[in-house]
Amino acid sequence: MDGDIFIQILVAAIAAGTPFVYAALGELITEKSGVLNLGVEGMMLVGAISGFIGMAKSGSLLVAVLCGMTAGALMALIFAVLTLTLMANQVASGLALTIFGVGLSAFLGLKYTSIALPGVPELHIPFLSDIPVVGRLLFSHDILIYSSLVLFGFICWFLYKSKAGLILRGVGEAPKSAHALGYNVIGIRYLAVLFGGAMAGLGGVYLAVAYTPMWVEGMVAGRGWVALALVVFASWRPLRVMAGAYLFGGITIAQFHIQGFGIEIPSQLLSMLPYIATIIVLVLISRDQKSIRLNSPASLGLTYHPNN
Amino acid sequence: MAIGRKNVLSVFVVLLCVAGLSLTASAADKLKIGFVYISPIGDAGWTYQHDLGRLAMEKNLGDKVETKYIENVPEGPEAERVIRDLAKSGYDLIFTTSFGYMNPTLKVDKMFPKKRFEHSTGYKTAKNVGTYMCRFYEGRYLTGIVAGKMTESNTLGYVAAFPIPEVIRGINAFTLGAKSVNPDIKVKVIWVNSWFDPGKEREASEALIAQGADVITHHTDSTAPTLTAEEKGVYAIAYHSDMSKYGPKAHLTAATHVYGDFYTRTAQAVLDNTWKPEQVWSGIKEGSIELAPMNPVVPADVVALVEKTRKGIIDGSVHPFQGPIKDQSGKIVVEAGKTLSDKELLGMGYYVEGVLGKIPK
Repeated sequence: MDGDIFIQILVAAIAAGTPFVYAALGELITEKSGVLNLGVEGMMLVGAISGFIGMAKSGSLLVAVLCGMTAGALMALIFAVLTLTLMANQVASGLALTIFGVGLSAFLGLKYTSIALPGVPELHIPFLSDIPVVGRLLFSHDILIYSSLVLFGFICWFLYKSKAGLILRGVGEAPKSAHALGYNVIGIRYLAVLFGGAMAGLGGVYLAVAYTPMWVEGMVAGRGWVALALVVFASWRPLRVMAGAYLFGGITIAQFHIQGFGIEIPSQLLSMLPYIATIIVLVLISRDQKSIRLNSPASLGLTYHPNN
Repeated sequence: MAIGRKNVLSVFVVLLCVAGLSLTASAADKLKIGFVYISPIGDAGWTYQHDLGRLAMEKNLGDKVETKYIENVPEGPEAERVIRDLAKSGYDLIFTTSFGYMNPTLKVDKMFPKKRFEHSTGYKTAKNVGTYMCRFYEGRYLTGIVAGKMTESNTLGYVAAFPIPEVIRGINAFTLGAKSVNPDIKVKVIWVNSWFDPGKEREASEALIAQGADVITHHTDSTAPTLTAEEKGVYAIAYHSDMSKYGPKAHLTAATHVYGDFYTRTAQAVLDNTWKPEQVWSGIKEGSIELAPMNPVVPADVVALVEKTRKGIIDGSVHPFQGPIKDQSGKIVVEAGKTLSDKELLGMGYYVEGVLGKIPK
């Protein structure tokens, strides 16, 4: 394998991993507050079509991003009202949200299947983008990829360095204690769920506007579920979520290249590879039981009644 | 109790209306035709082509027919329910347009002995069930000629769904077409193990382009390969539908399915009471396979050669699987002067010379 192909695989892996980065980091914040939202796939789909409509109507990426994030957050709001205000079961509500999202996005997208978007140009930074290897690898992506890195930095800082992050983790760990300390558990969880929805929506926008600039029903194709799994297997640590997302993207790309080179491994096995490899790697790096207990939100998925 | 009585009354009214409706329906002697689609119609792809066929039939037969379609019907028990509902509500001819509808169609056929069914891509027929599909490999052969002439790297990329005979037949026909004009051609195949996943289709196309393919074609259902080719500045040959608006520069042509004539003929036969269950396998000659308009970048001599070959297929002087054909190991699989029979075509399980890689087992 020559070096150029290797760089191309890495560049493609970063792009392929980016939808997972957005959706999984959003879900990470939601779960850190103690809420399990299984509706990521649905929120991504609704975000994708809303972003697509925004882009098609305005031609502006910013409008597309805002539309997608708002739509994702609105979907999450439905989930939040059901589970946080009406105390419905989180697992069932999340599954219902996905089913709803699949249908709603198909309906919203009825008139948009025939439109092709121009896509999002890759940034060309003078000098930096022209550096061999490094320039291609680091400085030749579109803006949505860079903003996902900014998001990652922000989440690391927020969770582990800011007071608000500490409160969020406290709410996920021991909602009763947080309540006793005077924090509005339900309110904080609302915000966390809405943030998760907005990020899932943004992941959808990336897919429909930048990655494959078109709209077709069901185009998220299970990526929301992969994002959910990444959060759990990464034991709720942002850096591991990132590593998992790029690893998954990288192996997906690499297995196509292996096929193209005619290396004799059954393609069915290769298609499984991203899932298996990502799970194995993340389980290995997260195998420390103490660390899992430390990082998994103790009240995850449990309904919280403020008055009990 | 008053509410209860009201309910009874309204149920009665509804029943009367339904009875009235069905009476008026049977009074008009229109042929009611139902279509069952596997996916939404959308703007390109398998189901879109079937729906174009339905619309063409409506146009041809005017008020002699009335059609209805149900889209997005999953294969399995749900399909049986949908087909049965159509039969029950007065649809006398029902087209079921996906391979997995085969057994549901046969089951419903047993319950409704007077209804006629046409199942697409299946191999089982019954007293009132016929099958139909297209010799799309003829179109593949022609697009292979275009690809073989337009490539500079002599490497063609093929994004494929599942390693089944139908898909392998297409890969081989494409390769043979390309090799007929350019013996040095190599075809790289990447299996995405999905009929429809735009993300994966894009990733596979990217990998093929990175490995030197400068013409991309696909046997999957989305427009992603064409979009990716446009973005990366290489050529694309689409499948199912004309996808030129997704890649005005990249899109050279496409092998498309055309069902209008078949649907019109079949409906007319039912109207005339001459319908018989048949296994129809029609191609370019019958107008079931057509190429999308050529991109202006394709030189006139290539267009002429494709046209000549197309005429040859129609008059029988050209067959895509015309011997001698060698498989990958160089062994002769079709001897000189022979062509493959339909049965051999339907069970194809090997790559011809020029395709790289092995068929996943």
